[in-house]
Amino acid sequence: MTTMKVAKYKGIPKGLEGDRAVAEAMRQMNPDVVAAYPITPQTEIVMRFSDFVANGEVDTEFIAVESEHAAMSSCIGAAAAGGRVQTATSGAGMALMWEVLWVATGSRLPIVMHAVNRSLSSPLNIHCDHSDTMGMRDAGWVHIFDENVQEAYDNAIQMVRIAEHPDVMLPALHALDGFIIGHSVERLETLPDEAVKEFIGTYTPKYSLLDFEHPATFGPMDLPDYFFEHKRQQAEAIQNALDVIVKVGKEYGELSGRPYGLMEEYRMDDADYVLVALGSTAGTSKVAVDMMRDSGVKAGLLKIRCFRPFPHKMVSEVLGKRKVVGVLDRSISFGAQTGPLCLEVITSFFTHGCYPKVVNYVYGLGGRDITPAQICEMYKELVEIDKKGITGPIQRFFGVRD
Amino acid sequence: MALKGWHEILIGGMITDVGNSIDYKTGDWRSYRPIWDDKKCNNCKVCWVYCPDGSIVVKDGVMIGMDLDHCKGCGICAQECPQKAIKMVEETKVREAVK
Repeated sequence: MTTMKVAKYKGIPKGLEGDRAVAEAMRQMNPDVVAAYPITPQTEIVMRFSDFVANGEVDTEFIAVESEHAAMSSCIGAAAAGGRVQTATSGAGMALMWEVLWVATGSRLPIVMHAVNRSLSSPLNIHCDHSDTMGMRDAGWVHIFDENVQEAYDNAIQMVRIAEHPDVMLPALHALDGFIIGHSVERLETLPDEAVKEFIGTYTPKYSLLDFEHPATFGPMDLPDYFFEHKRQQAEAIQNALDVIVKVGKEYGELSGRPYGLMEEYRMDDADYVLVALGSTAGTSKVAVDMMRDSGVKAGLLKIRCFRPFPHKMVSEVLGKRKVVGVLDRSISFGAQTGPLCLEVITSFFTHGCYPKVVNYVYGLGGRDITPAQICEMYKELVEIDKKGITGPIQRFFGVRD
Repeated sequence: MALKGWHEILIGGMITDVGNSIDYKTGDWRSYRPIWDDKKCNNCKVCWVYCPDGSIVVKDGVMIGMDLDHCKGCGICAQECPQKAIKMVEETKVREAVK
């Protein structure tokens, strides 16, 4: 998140947890339908939004479903009917949605999901890691990570515009770290209701089930003669989202003073040693970068905001000539050489002909703390790698007891 | 029906030309072909009632045969026919006989 001096609307300062900030954004967006099932650590979004519904502060049809499979299925039906539709979930709830997450993308329905990251069982754990949304990374959703409460609020609003853009027409999610963002009170600035209304505008789908003048069938069977063509369209649509995300982020900046892009560079101008991070750890890493800079190390951070579609060209341009790159993954892709983010980064390097030294840090699983001092240790390791080369495995488990 | 490229079709497999299943020929799914004996048939049209694909062709109230472009060869008509006027024969054998 960067800030601009000129903004069309003056922000309203508030102190809210991430979940409440998302619920507040949802109130301002006033979706036609919300279908959701409460699950820790997303519960407070649904709880708070239910209050808004009960108090008549929104016109939303709130469907209290019996499971997350039903939540996503209801969203699909409502979106096909032509409504603006949102949901929220976490961890196991997202796993239960898995089958229908693909129906949402394949049917090209611009549903918005507020995903509060939580580990997947077993062992049972309610705390943050990225196993849940990383597990659905190939389902075709636009996938954006929030760094803090302000970004959770801002991204929640931008998702609608990205998903509904005619060049995209895909469901979109933004992910906020469970508890770390979801349950932490931070200062943020919200927009006035009318500003949000103006920004998201109205949604008129080209086709909908309730448009009786122009009947359409949604989600029919597709045999080997056409299925591949529809998947090819989907592959194109999610790449189109790269431009749309930038455009929407810029427009949101003009409105709020907080423009957004695909990623954010922190003290990167002359940085030799760079960490790449998602979510709240990007914020923690900025503190570590300052600490390392104070001790004379040319440290920098690349925060990836947009994970799907992955901005591979930009990543290779920004990182290609650095001395050593460390990629932080808050999830494991079991059996792969590295975590999911590091796989993307390495692929970006290879396909764009640049070959900096790369290591992968898996950290913070099941809500394990990550501190600036620990991230400084990573930077020191990158400096060592520069001197001695990579010794030991590419993937390193950071903060686990031996 | 000529197959279209991915630029030429609606997203999500959406269908807006209602009733277009007539354009989608499913006859080549068939491994058994219904052979109708019009001498045994008493035109009761039980086959027409039961056919799940609307492939029994009736003209002016009279059964005149099968729509083989769409018949998938399920055999329900043969099973239900009170006159035993429909026989299911393997497609390969029918085709050999035609040769």
